[in-house]
Amino acid sequence: MTYTFDLTAVWALIIAFAVFAYIVMDGFDLGIGILFPTFRVGEERDHAMNSIAPVWDGNETWLVLGGGGLFAAFPLAYAIILTATYPLMIAMLLGLVFRGVAFEFRWRHARHRPLWDAAFTIGSLVAALAQGITLGAILQGIQVQNDAYAGGWLDWLSPFSMLTGVSLVIGYALLGASWLIWKTDGETQHRARRLAFVLGIGTLVAMAAVSAATPFLHYDYWRRWFAMPGVLVTAQVPLLVLISAVVFFWSLRRGAERLPFLLALALFLLGFIGLGISMYPFVVPRAVTIWDAAAPEQSQIFMLVGAAIIVPVILAYTGWAYWVFRGKVGAHGYH
Amino acid sequence: MFDQLDPVILARAQFAFTVSFHFIFPAFSIGLASFLMVLEALWLSTNKSLYLDLFRYWIKIFAVTFGMGVVSGIVLSYQFGTNWSVFSTKAGPVIGPLMAYEVLTAFFLEAGFLGVMLFGMQKVGKGLHFFATCMVALGTLISAFWIVSANSWMQTPVGFVINAKGQFVPAGSWLPIIFNPSFPYRLVHTVIAAYLTTALVVGAVGAWHLLRDRAHPHARKMFSMAMWMLALVTPIQILAGDQHGLNTLEHQPAKVLAMEGDYDPSPDGAPLVLFGLPSNRDAVVRYKIEVPKIGSLILKHDPDAPLPGLTDFPRDKWPAVPIVFWSFRIMVGLGFAMLGLGIWSLVARFRKRLYDWPWLHRLAVVMGPAGFVAVIAGWVTTEAGRQPYTVYGQLLTSQSHSPLAAPAVATSLAAFAVVYFSVFGAGTFYLLRLMARRPEQDESEPPHVPQRAAGITPAPGIYEGPIVGGADL
Repeated sequence: MTYTFDLTAVWALIIAFAVFAYIVMDGFDLGIGILFPTFRVGEERDHAMNSIAPVWDGNETWLVLGGGGLFAAFPLAYAIILTATYPLMIAMLLGLVFRGVAFEFRWRHARHRPLWDAAFTIGSLVAALAQGITLGAILQGIQVQNDAYAGGWLDWLSPFSMLTGVSLVIGYALLGASWLIWKTDGETQHRARRLAFVLGIGTLVAMAAVSAATPFLHYDYWRRWFAMPGVLVTAQVPLLVLISAVVFFWSLRRGAERLPFLLALALFLLGFIGLGISMYPFVVPRAVTIWDAAAPEQSQIFMLVGAAIIVPVILAYTGWAYWVFRGKVGAHGYH
Repeated sequence: MFDQLDPVILARAQFAFTVSFHFIFPAFSIGLASFLMVLEALWLSTNKSLYLDLFRYWIKIFAVTFGMGVVSGIVLSYQFGTNWSVFSTKAGPVIGPLMAYEVLTAFFLEAGFLGVMLFGMQKVGKGLHFFATCMVALGTLISAFWIVSANSWMQTPVGFVINAKGQFVPAGSWLPIIFNPSFPYRLVHTVIAAYLTTALVVGAVGAWHLLRDRAHPHARKMFSMAMWMLALVTPIQILAGDQHGLNTLEHQPAKVLAMEGDYDPSPDGAPLVLFGLPSNRDAVVRYKIEVPKIGSLILKHDPDAPLPGLTDFPRDKWPAVPIVFWSFRIMVGLGFAMLGLGIWSLVARFRKRLYDWPWLHRLAVVMGPAGFVAVIAGWVTTEAGRQPYTVYGQLLTSQSHSPLAAPAVATSLAAFAVVYFSVFGAGTFYLLRLMARRPEQDESEPPHVPQRAAGITPAPGIYEGPIVGGADL
């Protein structure tokens, strides 16, 4: 008995899941880094930092899975995209170095703390910006010839990619602010709530701008979004964004503590689905499909067995680690 | 100004720089994680607060080291694609899954339990905390398993076929790929090296504090534990290294000949070249000091066994002999210095002078960084010795790199150099500061000021035992 079962599409889903898990998890902790200067030196900053200290390493591991998974399941896409966005990748990696070490280094020497707090912010900002610009660079298209990148080393630079870069920074900051509403109380929470309001508006404006600009990049995007009968499906995405946005602002006003974070996640999920509509089944738009880029079946099956068994286990103990450090970071002690 | 530079050389320099810097941290954290596991186990089984103090002392050092290992490691998982895109496309179907398994089985395990290990003692209680420590230690070893497997496959590639796109794809089972011919030897050699590196650091810190106060109980305990490790494990490592060398001779003879400095074949048994200045251009080792027949004795376990020379191989397939020759001597020399320190510690222990023999302690302090140097020298030997290939005998390094212009790679290399030296330089400074401070009775937990500033008291009943009452609780 043979199953007709598209292994490559399954792997595309797994990688998409890893990337989304990364965006969600590292999104809020990069966001806290971006917002760090708005918190007062002392307890407020310490609370913000400590709300993510036990989990940041796990969050960042999803980035390694996204990259490593792409390498393993779609080696051609990994090779093309990383070469095409070379300076962005290097900037992101160096940004992550600075912010990653800041978690430990800031406690090691009182006089050096302002320095590592600055490294935390700048590193987070650079990493978020580089990721956003990379997204724009992929959407606008990458020049490919004979299965290799054929452009220059600054092809990624464009007004559109700058727009996606700034948008992702605002979006991550929103995730960070709404995470802090959940995890802190008192003055820190109050400040986070006000930030989340402004950032919520900013995120919606950014989503609208990117959505409006994308169909003009290429006719293919226009067709995907606006041709009948597909429009009946695709139109649900902006509709759901609108509903989520209304509930988000309502929950902020009502003083809810968890709902703003969950709705910010919903906004990200909808944005991510929108991205899927624009790209599928291409991994490098209009040049390389997931099937062109796919590793041979033996490689995909070998990893699928592992992923099917191990990913649920990872989710279970990651969930446990979050559960251990549940509750407010200020009042009930975290560490 | 960068246009004259060769982008391949720059890409190699960048990979060599970032991977060498990175490996310093896991070389220490693999051993330290296991050491912490042993300390916590000893604390739980004996209830002696000394072990908990040592655990808390070393876990702060572990946290800083681990953080640097994580961030420098992420760089590597992306560098295959950024700088070695042709290699990635071609070898991805084999190497990629091995690295994906490393992420799935090791990185998540370490990261998931690290938070609990560092900050969760009062949250989860002793038993679960010990479990978390064990998972982190296990994660470091699983990580070593997969990454050494991937590296070994590049050294001794088997179990593959080449498809129509020119990609390496598995021929059938994955087992021959994972357990490729050089993998078991390299894994054992690498993990023992990490344990020895850690023992040397722990021993040096203990010795440093013994030189100031030879009665200090914590310093005594850590020095003694480290010296046992060194004395017992260094001989095993030398044996493992010998076996690894025989395996390399079988599969990568040119590498061994470069390590030995044997340009000319030795039909009646090869000498052991102790020192000399190899020159690839003239195919000769100048000013060499050699012992006849010993080379064959070591490599073939027979003094008269013939050995080939590099001149038996095409010239463009030679590695850079001076690098391989010297890095190998640095590694072996340090290995025997470690053996010497281990033997001296046994003599001192036998004469009951382990804690009051200042020259022994001084040597232990000087040898503190020796593990790092030996480990890097060893990797330089095996990686430079693999040249001119990325996948040995199959894919040339000169045909593996990304289509990037030299200025892009030169700029990123300069950025990595500046950032790594400043960031990891600062990290090393913090580590040395932590080590310079003596472990104390009721050693505090990892520093998280707000917890104490906010006056947190742990839930009663979760955390008991004779140690409760420290200032940190």
